[in-house]
Amino acid sequence: MSIRERLSGNEAIATAMRQIDPDVFAAFPITPSTEIPQYFAQYVADGKVGTEYVTVESEHSSMSTCIGAAAAGARAVTATSSAGLAFMYEVLYVAASSRLPITLACVNRTLTGPININNDHSDSMGARDAGWLQIYAENNQEAYDNYLQAMRISEHPSVRLPIMICQDGFITSHAVENILLESDEDVKKFVGEYRPEHALLGRDHPLAVGPYDSCPYCMEHKVQQAEAMKNAKKVILDVAADFERTFGRKYGFFEEYRMEDAEVALVLIGSTAGTAKACIEKLRAQGVKAGLVKIRVFRPFPMEELAQALKNVKAVAVMDKSEGYSGCGGPLFAETRSACYDLDNPPKMIDVVYGLAGRDCAVEDIEKVYRHLLKIVETGDVGPRYIHFGQRSNQKEVL
Amino acid sequence: MSYIKAENINEQSPWQEMTPGGEIYEGGTSRLTKTGEWRSNRPVWDPQKCRQCLLCAPFCPDSSIPVKAGKRVDFDYDHCKGCGICWKVCPFEAITMEQEVHQ
Repeated sequence: MSIRERLSGNEAIATAMRQIDPDVFAAFPITPSTEIPQYFAQYVADGKVGTEYVTVESEHSSMSTCIGAAAAGARAVTATSSAGLAFMYEVLYVAASSRLPITLACVNRTLTGPININNDHSDSMGARDAGWLQIYAENNQEAYDNYLQAMRISEHPSVRLPIMICQDGFITSHAVENILLESDEDVKKFVGEYRPEHALLGRDHPLAVGPYDSCPYCMEHKVQQAEAMKNAKKVILDVAADFERTFGRKYGFFEEYRMEDAEVALVLIGSTAGTAKACIEKLRAQGVKAGLVKIRVFRPFPMEELAQALKNVKAVAVMDKSEGYSGCGGPLFAETRSACYDLDNPPKMIDVVYGLAGRDCAVEDIEKVYRHLLKIVETGDVGPRYIHFGQRSNQKEVL
Repeated sequence: MSYIKAENINEQSPWQEMTPGGEIYEGGTSRLTKTGEWRSNRPVWDPQKCRQCLLCAPFCPDSSIPVKAGKRVDFDYDHCKGCGICWKVCPFEAITMEQEVHQ
């Protein structure tokens, strides 16, 4: 029986952590994820968890602590944002290549610079090639639920990769929402114990982790990592199915909202999905066949499944909440357009880079994007494919 | 996932038959890998001049001066990198450094 509560996204993640009671929490604060180690420090002080709470001097050290702890056989967690994640950059790759299932609560904040504390996805998108699994949440409930599923995916023997559980800074991390929590007992039962096959401590055989990997061997290990990332797709769906059986809430690689007959659709990540859903209801009432695909799992990227979800749509706007500075669109656009390349009749597609560094995006903004898609369908003219939206300008912009 | 032994992994091993992340499940496996191949200077030991003071052996950073029954024997050239520390610390000039000749 679920427990009705009202919590911020940070508090929801901290609650999940308390319920799971991990072995090690390596903590260094950074806005807007600071509350997670803050709440957790209170749980430690109150004796509500048995976790070894390690306060370190930097995020490079917090991730290094997690790597050491995970290699020792511990369930290790941390939380960070923005520049903190960037400071981990070197060791993120070490965690992944050493195949250590660490759970990182990423509260998305724009990556400095210019320095700014508000939300976009540039921090975790910057780490998208680091070999970490990445799961994103629309709201506090999803952040909590994703966290409960994280370790079973990450620790699975066919995966053994670290995982980021992402939510939008401030928008979800600090907004208090209604939430359904599960009991401590049910959470512990669902998540289970971590029993790695190999570990530095408590095993009857020696172990070396992360040795120098010379040219004749290193590529094979990277192929193993790539295979593990592919294997994760099945595990993610299996864990989601068990989550639904256990707690009744359904998850997949992405959520399709009013896609059954959609002619125009958005593909986006995170809290903007709520805004888009409100807009879709408004447009549907006017007879516009608008739909939404909200990406939940970005790594591994659900390429074939997304193409299937978009194959009958006439025009798609990918909404990138980060600038990839590729000169031709953001990271979600690159993946989505690549996914649709193999379709016989792919939808017309544009990239709308929006919401950078906390720039607001309201229902009427989303409506402008849908109206633009309708115009593309009507005229057959896609126009510029790489558009910024929400910035002030002294010339007429596309949106 | 398994306990693949280091001696069963070599430069012909397919990725499926290697350990995840290059993990090693036993000790002393560096003996299986010749790391002295890139040596450019080669220490040469002169047993006539050597007084067996054993100063060189503990200074060697790569454990490449084997000691047997209380006496040093010739260099382990499979692992010696030619750093020259042994030559530097030898009080009796029993070690000389020579240019390595690669075949």
